[in-house]
Amino acid sequence: MRIAGKGLIDRSKPVRFVFDGVGYDGFAGDTLASALLANDVRLVGRSFKYHRPRGVLTSGSEEPNALVTVGNGAAAEPNVRATVQEIYTGLEAKSQNRWPSLSMDLMAANDLAAPFLGAGFYYKTFMWPSQFWEKLYEPIIRRAAGLGALSGESNPDKYERAYAFCDLLVIGAGPAGVMAALVAARAGADVILVDEDSRMGGRLLAENCEIDGVPGVIWVDRVLSELSAMDNVRLMSRTTVTGAYDGGTFAALERVGHHRAARHAGLPLETFWRIVAKRSVLAAGALERPVAFRNNDRPGIMTAGAVRAYLNRWGVVPGQKVAVFGNNDDAHRTARDLLAAGVHVAGLIDSRHNAPDATGFPVYKGAMVSDTTGRRGLESITIRSVSGEDKLATDCLAISGGWNPTVHLTCHLNSRPVWCDDILAFVPSPSGVPGMGVAGACSGAFSTDRCLREGAAAAVAALEALGKSAPKTQIPDAEDAPYAIAPLWAVPGRGRAWLDFQNDVCVKDVKQAAVENFRSVEHMKRYTTQGMATDQGKNSNVAALAILADVTGRAIPDTGTTTFRPPFSPVAIAAMGAGAQGKGFAPERFTTSHAASVERKAPMIEAGLWYRPSYFPVPGETTWRQSCDREVDMVRHTVGVCDVSTLGKIDIQGPDAAEFLDFVYTNTFSTLKIGRARYGLMLREDGHVMDDGTTARLGAHHFLMTTTTAAAGQVMRHLDFVHQGLRPDLDVAMVSVTEQWAQFAIAGPKSRELLNGLFDADLTDAEWPFMACGPVQVMGVRGRLFRISFSGEHAYELAVPSRYGDSLFRTLLARADTLGGGAYGMEALNVMRIEKGFITHAEIHGRVTAFDIGMERMVSSKKDCIGKTMSERDGLSGADREQLIGLNPVGAVKQLTAGAHLFNADDDPVRVNDQGYVTSVAYSPTMGHMLALGFLKNGRARHGQKVRMVDHLRDLDALCEVVNPVFFDPDGERARG
Amino acid sequence: MRITCPFCGERDRREFYYQGAAVALERPVADAGEEAWDAYVHLRDNPAGVTKDLWYHESGCSSWIVVTRNTVTHEILDCTLACDTKSEVSI
Repeated sequence: MRIAGKGLIDRSKPVRFVFDGVGYDGFAGDTLASALLANDVRLVGRSFKYHRPRGVLTSGSEEPNALVTVGNGAAAEPNVRATVQEIYTGLEAKSQNRWPSLSMDLMAANDLAAPFLGAGFYYKTFMWPSQFWEKLYEPIIRRAAGLGALSGESNPDKYERAYAFCDLLVIGAGPAGVMAALVAARAGADVILVDEDSRMGGRLLAENCEIDGVPGVIWVDRVLSELSAMDNVRLMSRTTVTGAYDGGTFAALERVGHHRAARHAGLPLETFWRIVAKRSVLAAGALERPVAFRNNDRPGIMTAGAVRAYLNRWGVVPGQKVAVFGNNDDAHRTARDLLAAGVHVAGLIDSRHNAPDATGFPVYKGAMVSDTTGRRGLESITIRSVSGEDKLATDCLAISGGWNPTVHLTCHLNSRPVWCDDILAFVPSPSGVPGMGVAGACSGAFSTDRCLREGAAAAVAALEALGKSAPKTQIPDAEDAPYAIAPLWAVPGRGRAWLDFQNDVCVKDVKQAAVENFRSVEHMKRYTTQGMATDQGKNSNVAALAILADVTGRAIPDTGTTTFRPPFSPVAIAAMGAGAQGKGFAPERFTTSHAASVERKAPMIEAGLWYRPSYFPVPGETTWRQSCDREVDMVRHTVGVCDVSTLGKIDIQGPDAAEFLDFVYTNTFSTLKIGRARYGLMLREDGHVMDDGTTARLGAHHFLMTTTTAAAGQVMRHLDFVHQGLRPDLDVAMVSVTEQWAQFAIAGPKSRELLNGLFDADLTDAEWPFMACGPVQVMGVRGRLFRISFSGEHAYELAVPSRYGDSLFRTLLARADTLGGGAYGMEALNVMRIEKGFITHAEIHGRVTAFDIGMERMVSSKKDCIGKTMSERDGLSGADREQLIGLNPVGAVKQLTAGAHLFNADDDPVRVNDQGYVTSVAYSPTMGHMLALGFLKNGRARHGQKVRMVDHLRDLDALCEVVNPVFFDPDGERARG
Repeated sequence: MRITCPFCGERDRREFYYQGAAVALERPVADAGEEAWDAYVHLRDNPAGVTKDLWYHESGCSSWIVVTRNTVTHEILDCTLACDTKSEVSI
């Protein structure tokens, strides 16, 4: 029911929205909860386990009951708190966890079975038979329980991530927060003030109070307009700080689009912020807790502070005859505000015998509410006192069990809150988060005056730490009412008294947990699911552990709290992963030949972040194998062109460059002549192979190293470490130039013919022998030529600055076409390197040594190098090692597979008989059958023997002959010739 | 977590690659013996308290940095370039 003249809503802007298919009217400024209450809609959801009717409990983000699904289809958003969702014209919301409808929920039968469904019910009941769990029990439980469901469709909404930095982050824009921001801003600090509400002001929007002689709302709006006019202040509303992290880093979720009717093309739905602040002030306020008593969960029962908020901020009264029940002075404020607004107050029930008097409504001192009635909403309450039981007709009960400071963020770095007997609540430990001050209700200061003073003081302390002088600030006049409270967690009596409204955890469940020896608060939580709902126990945890303390005979501080972890309130995975959906998951690296390759219809495959052509199909080819076989044949007989730019290229210069390379490579580079390249092997310090590649000497003090594509980052890191960490005495510098140079392999018997004509002078064997390198002029462009070969053919690699890559690739292809050659892709490249027994990271996978791959002689005995000492350990060489071998199929073998294991021909293919494994396989068009590379125990001594290859996963079993891993042209005549 | 790179200033830890204990800077001589090499390559303390480890400013200036930090409080006490912490070279 709406009260005339009350509230901060804009009555000139009516808003029409739909809930469960029915249209309702509200006003701009309404939340879905306030608008539904204004329309006398009390039943808004069902509880998780018993499917009990649920109404709005709170007026903030801590709401456990009023969860709805907003929107339709792929854009539907489940578990939206109606207390946070602002209404807009066209808003469509639906209730959840009910079937077939909210008022007639068949699953409410669970409620009748409640005596059987207490704490630990699932654990005890569905123990056996074990195979029933997956097939029967779990699906049934999952269908019965659960809240809103995801649409199952791809999320069409846009999310963003953003970063911000400031001197002072103020969290919460109530009286303490705005005061802190004001003092710091006036001193010139760079301030960010965040608040999770759509409108800043905190409880000042919800209370009937005055500051400096004007209503609190007016005062706060004045301060906010002063702040918003300042360049050094950023105000962020609808933004929840969800976590505190090391180094003054905070996570915050900004709801950008949830309150807008149309999803703006440019605007995200949510933005996930990382805010780095030199100092912070937490002014997050406090959350009111209910009292547990029999049937305290009916729609119409709300926290007293929420009733006040609906009245003062939204002009809504959630009932005709309101009763108030509490154990503290704050409850009286609700009754007074209602009375002043002309609402009938049926009575105030105060558990304290010394409760203050009041006029205008009856006060039941020393009394408690012991039960309620009303199937889909509250109808009456039972009041128990020393004189007996009374029934009182009421349709709204405002309850206050006291206020809990919102300590959450102070605990995110593992600090525990401290119990304060004065307010019967936990307050932040002073050492919670480095650099963070705490002010106002979240530190236990509940009067407006104390909030303002603490806010100002926290700002002054932060300014001091920032080295700024604080201006003298006048603290505005405000109420400083005392807050008296007496303990009351649960009203004694039979029946179910709810603690966790969403998860249906009752007082008896906590007691049952203690009886079954789940006495630790963390065990109790997990046994009962107390505090595991979407509100994470904000409404119920303190009461639950007070009850646990009572039944286990401990004090509350000794019982302790469960652990507070981020996020403070739910954050969609889509928001946290903003920017990482779809192609944002990994950046794509394209070579300069990408466009030309795609034009030739080459399917692209990923190599790390790079995309490389798999093969280049020509008309008539329908399978990759046809293209691959043709390309191999082409390179072996004419010429092929392949982009090899993705290999890591590291430019190394300096007087000590050669000495440096001698230290990182197992073999010697100081003896390498200028204009020559050499194959190099690199170990890790533990003696295993890290990477291999060709390094060219371009000058006395200038080398160009190449690395495997996938290891480029690792090798760069390693070189920087060896230089900076181990040999800073060496005068050498290095930088990755992978992306600066486009490099193409030109391989095959006609490779020289292809290249001749591109350069100033023709290539000759005398000037360009195998492993020669040097500068060339490529049609006027300064390039580099390397006579190296990964195919085993007479081959070159030609590099030009990347901006010429596309043009050069097209030129090379045009020339190859005229010679009967063409482009080749990764598949053909792989086949040819297997034919030649060249290793890749399929072989040097991190567990192999130089000995294993037959390169132990490359570890120079004349010098130290990284990994040398450890490579000499026992067990890293010798006959027991699995050594690189080639495998030829014997007989009618159709397939060899990488990952298959090797066994002696007569042995059972079981683990104890394992002799090795296959690392790479290919069909070799050159040899006419499949080939494999692999590792075999004592393999080099077993050439000619037969072994059995078994792939247990693909169910393959094949006999193979062990051979030299260099299948093709073992003497390397073709590359040299 | 924020790390102060001696070149680039205070930066988010995601710009850095974490390597491990700064022990890696104290490479033994080739013939230091099995124990010294085993300790250098494999043995690491797991202190509850102050530790020194190596971070690489991979998305920044490529510096290797010795970060002194407290594993209990997460406090970062010092950040020094690895090349500056090497007083003498042991090769």
